[in-house]
This record gives sequence, structure tokens and C-alpha cells, in this order.
Amino acid sequence: MTIALPAAAAPPKHKLDLSWPILILFAAVLCVLIILPMSWLLYYSLVDRTGAFTLANFKTLVTDPVFIDPLVTTLILAVSSSIICCLAAAPMGWLVARTDMPLRRTVRALVTASFVTPPFLGAIAWELLAAPNSGLLNKTFRAVTGAPQDEHLFNIYSLGGLIFVISCYTFPYVFVLVANALDRIPGDLEDASAILGGRTWTTARRVTVPLAMPALVAGALVAFLQAMTLFGSPAILAIPAGFHTMTTKIWSLFNYPPKPELAAAASIPLLILTVLLLRAEHFILGRRGYSVVGGKQGNPRLIKLEGLKWAALAFVFIVLMCPVFLPYGALLNATFSHVATSFVWFDNFTLHNIYFVFYELSATKLAVKNTFLLGAASATIGTVIALVIAYLTSRRAIAGYRALGFLATAPVAIPGIVLGVGLFLSYARPPLVLYGTLWILLIAFITIALPAAYQQLQSAFRSVHTDIEDASRILGATRLRTLWRITAPLLRTSVIATWCFIFVGVIRELSAAIMLFTSETKVISVLIFDLNESGDLGAISVLGLIMLVITFAVVIAVNRIPGFGETRLRNA
Amino acid sequence: MRKLHFSRRDLLKASAAMAAGTFATRAVAAEAITPALAEAAKKEGKVAFYTAMDLPVAEKFGKAFEAKFPGISVRVERSGSERVFQRVGQEMTSGIHAVDLVNSADAAHFIVWKRNDWLAPYLPEEVARLYPAQYYDPDGFSVTTRVWLSSLGYNTNLVKPEDAPKSFADLLDPKWMGKMVKGHPAYSGTIMTATFQIVRELGWPYLEKLAKQKVMQVQSSTDPPKKLALGERGVMADGNDYNLIQLKEAGQPVEVIYPTEGTPLVTGPTGVFKSAPNPNAARLFQNWLHTLEAQQLLVDFARQHSVHPQVKEKPGVRKLSDIKLWKDDPAGVEKASEEIKTRYAQIFRV
Repeated sequence: MTIALPAAAAPPKHKLDLSWPILILFAAVLCVLIILPMSWLLYYSLVDRTGAFTLANFKTLVTDPVFIDPLVTTLILAVSSSIICCLAAAPMGWLVARTDMPLRRTVRALVTASFVTPPFLGAIAWELLAAPNSGLLNKTFRAVTGAPQDEHLFNIYSLGGLIFVISCYTFPYVFVLVANALDRIPGDLEDASAILGGRTWTTARRVTVPLAMPALVAGALVAFLQAMTLFGSPAILAIPAGFHTMTTKIWSLFNYPPKPELAAAASIPLLILTVLLLRAEHFILGRRGYSVVGGKQGNPRLIKLEGLKWAALAFVFIVLMCPVFLPYGALLNATFSHVATSFVWFDNFTLHNIYFVFYELSATKLAVKNTFLLGAASATIGTVIALVIAYLTSRRAIAGYRALGFLATAPVAIPGIVLGVGLFLSYARPPLVLYGTLWILLIAFITIALPAAYQQLQSAFRSVHTDIEDASRILGATRLRTLWRITAPLLRTSVIATWCFIFVGVIRELSAAIMLFTSETKVISVLIFDLNESGDLGAISVLGLIMLVITFAVVIAVNRIPGFGETRLRNA
Repeated sequence: MRKLHFSRRDLLKASAAMAAGTFATRAVAAEAITPALAEAAKKEGKVAFYTAMDLPVAEKFGKAFEAKFPGISVRVERSGSERVFQRVGQEMTSGIHAVDLVNSADAAHFIVWKRNDWLAPYLPEEVARLYPAQYYDPDGFSVTTRVWLSSLGYNTNLVKPEDAPKSFADLLDPKWMGKMVKGHPAYSGTIMTATFQIVRELGWPYLEKLAKQKVMQVQSSTDPPKKLALGERGVMADGNDYNLIQLKEAGQPVEVIYPTEGTPLVTGPTGVFKSAPNPNAARLFQNWLHTLEAQQLLVDFARQHSVHPQVKEKPGVRKLSDIKLWKDDPAGVEKASEEIKTRYAQIFRV
């Protein structure tokens, strides 16, 4: 063993040499990803057909009811979904994190399942379940009660139906934030309350709930953003019902004759709202950071529910019926059925849909290939970029690390469909025509995944204390060797998890892909959306189940997604 | 490549002349399926077929072609005609050459594509020899592949035959409030063509009244028949008659209605693109698609009408001569399509 102290003196010089090129390189990459498309978006929103400056696009936006109605609808939608998500997710988070309710691990796994289910697939599955006349639930209702044909229990083609379906696939964000916050509140604080004479419920009310409150408010904001920027579910459920949301309106502006200027202008309010809400979220989460500092991580005390525990479990499972059990069941039923909404039994069982998708549908092979290729490439490149930036910022390795961190987080403020419009406007024109290639989709997917990947890896770096790295350096290892031998093994789980996280995110992405695909660069999500427009529900069910199988294979391969709470899987 | 520019007036004159049957000169030589063409196509190994036909129908043609010419795979790119039109336009203006040939349900698209000089002249021998002259472009830019109707329809479990609507006017009866489904003219060429004819014959007030009936709005003209079969809605206000016939023959409880005022006629031409990445395979497919073999498949499986005079009709589809038809008018659709899309969006709000 060599003990070579002088080695410790060398790095500073080395560090200075590399810092500017690294900073410039990564800043340039991030500019290509974010600043260029957003600049084109802004430019287009401020010009007319001939390229002359105008505010007419914004004037149309605020005066034409064709735009005002969707904006109002979107706000109603986002507020309601956000409230419903909190009402369902907050008690669930508390039950899972703080009580002795049985099957808590299973519940967490099922929430993860609803989290990775593509929302547009959930929306189609809910069409099968709750379309007013043909929906399986309504059919069952009529069969049981003997109600006449034109009565129904649910109508999914309505604003209420849309709010419900969006909430189904948005509540996991709130759940995770709340459950993680409750996981982290040290037991000592509650013990103190108990010692001072507070009873179980007093402690819960006076200590636990206030400490979890910021997380809940942050969760509500995240849910609001998700609901506002979602594209697939409204396109599937709102248009049959005869109304638009902002995202479907923006998308419809690309119908022939395309109106990119109006689409760009209509994207700006979404962008501004997102930025404002994220500032609010940051403010609230920032405060939460102080609230639990100082407590040693004593194990949280579990509240004994006694007789209520089965009632609690029943509540949780009823909630989970909506995003998981019922939709998956409906898809499985449609897979083996001639008519998507008739109950499958032995006499009407068919393998025709499976045969059609695998042997007749000529788009399947290409779409699956593109999806895999893009998933793997985005996950790999995205993880590397996030890893380097997370290292540079968490170890403050170069000057200007703050700017890098900011740029890596910025895309979180760009809704998928807005990013899609921006990228289309940037890269469907010379000098760099990427439209029509997989590259433009790769850029979109990496951009969308970057903030979550970066935050996940940054917190992983923070959890590896620099003491260990310093020890290695003192013992003579170079910075790179230290990284390779010490830091990398410790981070392996997080890196793999980040990779899977991006991969799953790409598979379920629709809102940017719908703006950017061409016939040769179609992905499974777009193919499913196409099939929905022509009413081929059997084929959708098969493809949807393939998607879910791939997703769960990846999730199960890593067992779970650590750091789930810090991350934000984007909309589809 | 030859450049041809027609004004709209020239086109109208030409089509009028063709319809009169006085126009017989052709600018291009008709071409047969030669071993050399088949060989060159096989070297390319694939063909991208953009179409608006119902997906299982389009894939059926693809598989039949693959069986006939092993080694060439057909990739069907199915979407609504208006969506295909937007897609092709977006790809072409971005310099992306992915499309080999297109079958559209909106014949007006070929007027635009021909004007843009995007199409290749190619006239299959069988078309030149047998097809009536009004069903192909004299310069070989497109051939009418299929003919079908946008009909009404109903679900026989939900609506009794005697109660079923007989006409467009019947659809305005309050008893159909919330019970109808229809396609969208900004997505589907069939619905665009049908909407144009409905506006021409019945006027916009009819659609304004229909919009008050809380009609379920789907996109493709293939979807309303499927929604009827599911039992999701009882009555279809527009959509493909051929899907209904297929579903009925598969045992589903659906029935076609040809409205008493007249039924919109839709023609679906196919044309080869000049910039086709697989030019030989595209020509081979175009040629094969209009042979008796493929056209018989159109009638027997796809339940549509062929303009090939040797095709044998299969009972179950009513003869066009027995239906009161409205005339199609691609040039009229071309001029009106933007207005139709805009006004439709205002009236139906989506």
C-alpha cells in the first residue's frame, strides 16, 4: 500500500482546467434541450403568418370563446382533480406510513402500479367500464337492478368522468409525497408529545398532521399541474363529450390547415401557470425542510387501529379498485372478447385480437422496436447526463454548478405538449431538421425525464457522505479512482433505479410524442392513441397489456424505485 | 419527371369531359405487372401504404399482397384521411419522404397533391384497359380504388326496426337526444365528403339542429359502426356503411339505413408519390391493388363497391343502383374543406 499525500494537492489545478469546458458542454446540451424550443415557441406566438410582429394571437386567445372555454374547463379540471387526489391520497399515505394497517407493503406496491400505468390507457379502460350504455359497470348495474336501457350509473364521457379518471392516475403523486413526509417525521417528536400528556389522537392532530401539511399542499400543487398538462385522457374522454381542454385544443390547432402561431400562443399560459405553481411548491417544500431538521431518525411510532384496521384496509382497496383492479380487468376482458364490452365466458372467448396484433397489424413491430430503442437510449443518455450534473452540483466540483442544477431542473416547468410544440417548431426547419427521425423524440424524452433523474441522483450523491470519498483520496486514490471504486458502487442501486424510471416514463409518454412522431417513428403510446380514434378496442387492449407487462418487468427487475418521493414522473 | 400544373378550371373541364365520356387520350402509357417490376420491388423489400380504410381491411390487403409477392412487406399507416393529409403535408414540407402510396377517403386530396406536383404518373394496365374513364386520372396520378357510402344505422337491440330513423330529418326528433354517434370531418375523409354533401343538400341549419341533439363525437368514420355494435349508442348519424355490413354479417345487432333524402357517396382513390422511397414496390402495389384479385377482395371481404367491371357482386350489400345517391364532388370539397372544418368546430364545439 502506498501512502502518497502529495496527490491530494494536485486536483485543484486539474479541477480548474476542466471546469469551463465541462460547464460549457453541459450548458450547451441543456440549451439545445430547453432554451431553443422555448425561444421558438415564444417567437411563433408573437408573429403572424408572414413573420411580422403581432399580438393578435394572444388577442384571439383571450377573446375567442373557442379558447376561453377550454381554459376555464382546464382550471376546473385541475382544481377538482387536485382536491380529489388529496382526499384519497392523504388518508392512504397516513395509513401506510403511520398505522398498523395490514398489507402496507402491498398497498405501496399497488400505488406504484397505478403510478406506472399510462393515464391514456387508464382512460380507455375506463371507457370500457363506464361508458354510459356499453360500459361493463353500467351493464352490471342494469342487470342487477333491472333498470331500463337508457339509465346509467356512470357516464365517463363528461367533465366529472374526466376528473375522476385523471385523479385515478394522479393521486400517487400526492400519496408518495405524503407517505414519504410521514416516514421521515422522527418518532421523537411524537414521543415528546406523548410524554407531555398528549394522547394518540391529540398527537396525531397536533404534531403529525401539521408536520405533514406542507407535503400535502405540495402534493396538491403537483396534482394540479399533472391534471392541467395531461393530454391523453382529455383527448379520449372530453372530445366524445363535446368539449376541449387546453392541451387537446393546442393539439387540434395542428390539424390541417395548421396554425402553429396560435398553438404557440395557447401554450404560453400553461407554461406561465406551471412556473408560478412550481415556485409556490418550492416555497412550501423549502419550509418543510426546516420542520424536521434536528430530530434523530427514530422509528416512527405506529398507531394501533384496533378494530378499525379492516375498515381502513377496505377503504384503501376501494380506492385502488379505480386505478388498478377494475381497469386491468376490463382490458383483460376486452383482450379475449369479440366485442370489447361484453363479458367473456367460455362460449365467446377468442384469441382473434392477439392474433391480429401479432400477425396482422403491420405497425406493431416498428412501434415496439422504436419504443424499446427510445426507452433504452433515453434512459442511458438521460442517466449519464443526470449523473454528471448531479455529481458536479452535489460536490460543487466546478464553478457555475448552480446554473447547471437550475437548467437540469427547468424542464419540469414545461408541459409535455408545450415541449412537443416547441421542439416541432425548432427542428422541423433548417438548419437542423430532426423532425422525422428518432432524434427529436430522444431529445423530448430526455428533456422530460431530466429533472426527476437529476433530483433522484443528486439526493443519492448527498446520501454518500464525502467522508468516505475523502478517506479514499487521503489514502492516495485519484478523484476518478475514488469515483470508480467508492462512489460508484454505493450509487449503483440509485443509478439502476433512475435508468428504469426514465425507461418506464418513456413507455408511457404520449403528449410530446403525439406532436413529434412521423409514420416511421411511431411509438406504442401513439399507436394506441391512433387505434382509439378508429375504435379498435380489442387491439388496444392487447397492446396495452403488452405495455403493462414490459413496464412491470422493468419495475420488478429493480424491485422498487428508491427515491420515489423526490421524483416526478411526467404526464403522458 | 414531368411537371404538370393544372388550374382548378382545367381540372373541372377535364373531369366534366371525362364524365361525358368524350375524353379518351391518355398522357401516360399503361403498365403491366412485369417480372422486372416484381424483381425490382422485391429488392426494395417493403412498401409504406398510407390509408384511411378500416385497419383490418387495410391489413388484409397488405397480407394478400405479401402472399402474392413474397419478400415485400407492406406497412399500413392507417389514420383518418384528413389526418393522413396533414401528416403527408407536414412530412413533405419538412423534406421527409416516407410515404410510398396513399389511399384517401377524400378524393379532393388528390387535387391538392397533383397541384403540388407530389404525385407520380403511373397507370396500371388493367385500369387503362377495363376501368370506366371517370374512375382514373388520365395522366395516371390516381385511380379510384373503392366506393362506399356514409349511411345512417342503428343497433337492433336498442332500437326497434319500426322506430328506426328513415331520413336525416328523422334524426332531429327529440327522442334521439343523447342517443346518437357521429364521426368528425377534421379527422375522417368519409365524414368530410359526407358533411360537404349534407351541407349542399340540406344546408348548415340541419347540422346546427343536429348539434343540439347531444351527439357523441368520435373521430373516424369506422368508429360509429363499432360504437353501435358495442351498444354504446343506438343510432349512427354518419359513418361507413361497409363496417356496418361487416359487423352485421359477423352476427352483431346492427342495421344499415340509407336515408330517404339521399346517401352521401364516397370514392377513395389511390396514388403513388413521386418521392416514394420504394418506387417499384409502390408501383407494384398500386398495380396489384386494382387487379381483379384485389378488387374481388374489396367486395368479398371489405364489403365495398368496386369500379372494376369484372368483379362479381356478393349478396348482402345493396346495389348502388338501388340506392338514392348524392353525387360526390371532389373539386367542391377541396374548395369548401377549410370552411367546413371551421364551421363544424363552431357548431359542435369540438
